[in-house]
Amino acid sequence: MDAIILQILNGLDKGSAYALIALGLTLIFGTLGVVNFAHGALFMIGAFCAVTMQRLLTWSHLVVDPTRTDFLGNPMQTEVPYLASLVGVDTAQAMITWAVPLSIILVIPVMLFVGWAMERGLIKHFYKRPHADQILVTFGLAIVLGEIIRAVYGANPIQSPAPAMFSGSVDIGTYLGFQPNAVVYPIWRLVYFCFSAVIIAAVFAFLQFTTFGMVVRAGMADRETVGMLGIDIDKRFTLMFGLAAAVAGLAGAMYAPIVSPNYNMGMDFLVLSFVVVVVGGMGSLPGAVLAGFLLGILQGFASMNEVKAILPGIDQIIIYVVAIIILLTRPRGLMGRAGVMED
Amino acid sequence: MTRSHFSRRGVLKTGAIAGAGLMLPTYLRAQESGFTNAPTGDTVTFGFNVPQTGPYAEEGLDELRAQELAVQHINGEGDGGMLSTFSSKVLDGTGLLGKKVTFVSGDTQTKADVARATAQSMIQKDGCIMITGGSSSSEAIAVQGLCQEAGVIFMAGLTHSNDTTGKDRKRNGFRHFFNAYQSAVALTPVLEKVYGTDRRAYHLTADYTWGWTQQESMAASTEAVGWETVQNVLTPVGAGDFSSYIAPVLNSGADILVLNHYGGDMVNSLTQAVQFGLKGKQVNGKDFQIVVPLYSELMAKGAGSNIEGVYGSMNWNWQLQDAATLAFVKSFGEKYGFPPSNAAHTCYVQTMLYADAVTRAGSFNPCAVVEALEDFEFDGMGNGATLYRASDHQCFKDVLVMQGIASASGNANMVGYDTLSIVETTPRAQVEYADDHPMFAGGTLGECAVGA
Repeated sequence: MDAIILQILNGLDKGSAYALIALGLTLIFGTLGVVNFAHGALFMIGAFCAVTMQRLLTWSHLVVDPTRTDFLGNPMQTEVPYLASLVGVDTAQAMITWAVPLSIILVIPVMLFVGWAMERGLIKHFYKRPHADQILVTFGLAIVLGEIIRAVYGANPIQSPAPAMFSGSVDIGTYLGFQPNAVVYPIWRLVYFCFSAVIIAAVFAFLQFTTFGMVVRAGMADRETVGMLGIDIDKRFTLMFGLAAAVAGLAGAMYAPIVSPNYNMGMDFLVLSFVVVVVGGMGSLPGAVLAGFLLGILQGFASMNEVKAILPGIDQIIIYVVAIIILLTRPRGLMGRAGVMED
Repeated sequence: MTRSHFSRRGVLKTGAIAGAGLMLPTYLRAQESGFTNAPTGDTVTFGFNVPQTGPYAEEGLDELRAQELAVQHINGEGDGGMLSTFSSKVLDGTGLLGKKVTFVSGDTQTKADVARATAQSMIQKDGCIMITGGSSSSEAIAVQGLCQEAGVIFMAGLTHSNDTTGKDRKRNGFRHFFNAYQSAVALTPVLEKVYGTDRRAYHLTADYTWGWTQQESMAASTEAVGWETVQNVLTPVGAGDFSSYIAPVLNSGADILVLNHYGGDMVNSLTQAVQFGLKGKQVNGKDFQIVVPLYSELMAKGAGSNIEGVYGSMNWNWQLQDAATLAFVKSFGEKYGFPPSNAAHTCYVQTMLYADAVTRAGSFNPCAVVEALEDFEFDGMGNGATLYRASDHQCFKDVLVMQGIASASGNANMVGYDTLSIVETTPRAQVEYADDHPMFAGGTLGECAVGA
């Protein structure tokens, strides 16, 4: 039982990331009709915003320590963060450990800009082109963005720790009546799940309860009619592209303590997130969220040693098996609109 | 009256000498033909085939730095590095057999099929006489096979699978780096001393040739001292999030986690194992411990403080104090501003060993080079007295047992370099094995190939 609870927690955690990326993908597909294969790269850029915040906070000047020597026998140059000079060593240390949560203030403007620049600079030229062209150009863009990050930050994963107070683990089992140490789970992963829930709720609230959101939903349902009412729907859809990029960026930034950011991490999530969108139903926001968590939990169960003993390798294919079953039995996905993907 | 200076005898003599003079280069060329990419101009080209993208890219880029440095030293540029300490003294910094060494580099993307394709391009288009590199065993094995078919020499870089000089060994391929078996037999006595004999180990293993042989070697050597292997779980390369593999460890009854992972996978799996509270957890009345059989500086850098207290092994480390290591670290450090990794070291040494073998053989002919390298004993390259065994083309030398520690310098650029400490230098005799050892069985070197 404890193993099942652990895998449910793992599934919720992975599902959070899938759901956030799939939410953005669905927003873009639902508004602009674009299949954005660069969405994983946006997740990766978000993670590197956390790295950048860490670098900004630890930006240092070199101080020569004549009492020590470096590996070549030259006087040792130690790094002293500028922040320590500004606010004192203790405050600086405290701020540095909070680099990942603090990066949120960097992620939102950066990702809104990146999303806007992507849409205006490249993707708008492909609106009337076939989906295959859109996939090719956005996939190419993902590779370019990855290589830019690699050129700037290198190819090695960069550790981005969670704040000290969230870096340990919590014995959840004791709250559920299990033996001590039976269900131990990292605190940051629980934080990530809660954070994802808040972001998903905020996106839905924005679309549901604001005038802007109402217009966007109307545009998603019937773009031409909204346009005939004198509303510049294209402008709003561009902003939605920026919003989707910001959601992916936030998902990436907060994921940095879980998987050390590397330039290729977006690709790992991209394909899975597309499967999540298809299973949830193309264009369906609740479907994307539901499928994200569902597939995350299924993947968690499939990773159990007991399951793999019966079906070796099932953890690697379970998501695709489910996708095939869904597409065969219900082509519009779990919550997709009737008619979409069914013709 | 004028008198002719020509005589019949003089013309014949001059003609004979001139003819012999003209024939000589042709004769020499004939000596250097009959094999793939026999050099004809005043340069000879090496192919540096390393991952510059993908999970092992940092190792690959460091290998490339060292290979470039080796070429400089062979051509007489820079301070000469290990040329001054190498026991063989035939390299004099004037290139190779009167030719300047040039190189081309390729990006293997840490993929075996791409590595093979780039190596093929280097051989066919760039005329490379020797290929070196590889930061994963699947790459190295693929390229070694190609080089055997093509008739060029392959000097393997970072490849640690037993199979490279075991079941997949080839006459044209040579490995200086140590292997999974040697890691295990070097590491186990230290683990036994520190953690005792009553231990239960859970293995997470990268699902490819290196991971399999590393796990097999670690399980065999630790079981021999009394440890029990609770479970071995194969994990896909590049999984990123290992939580679903780590969670079952919690209640498996194991008190040791052996991470048969390398590169970015090790960085993530170790970090996540620590996040799950495995380090410091009490199981079976003992402190839970994590072991990483194969370390690298770049992995240690990525894992940060999580490696503290974790044991592993290395082929070489920049902190050794022998004259060769000091010379190489100075040369590399002054050029690039940081110490060389053990991946860089092995590639530098391999390039030098090839150059030395060509010079001793007096020929670029791969079969002559193979003959020069087989059973070659040398010293002064940072690993002490070393043997290139003829029967499997594996180098035998000391192995280092390492432990992660807190950063000594406080310098962020040194994390990974000064967060690994040398615990023990395991002598060569302890890591030697018979060439028909079961873990290396199933392969034959075959005949040396010259290609075209």
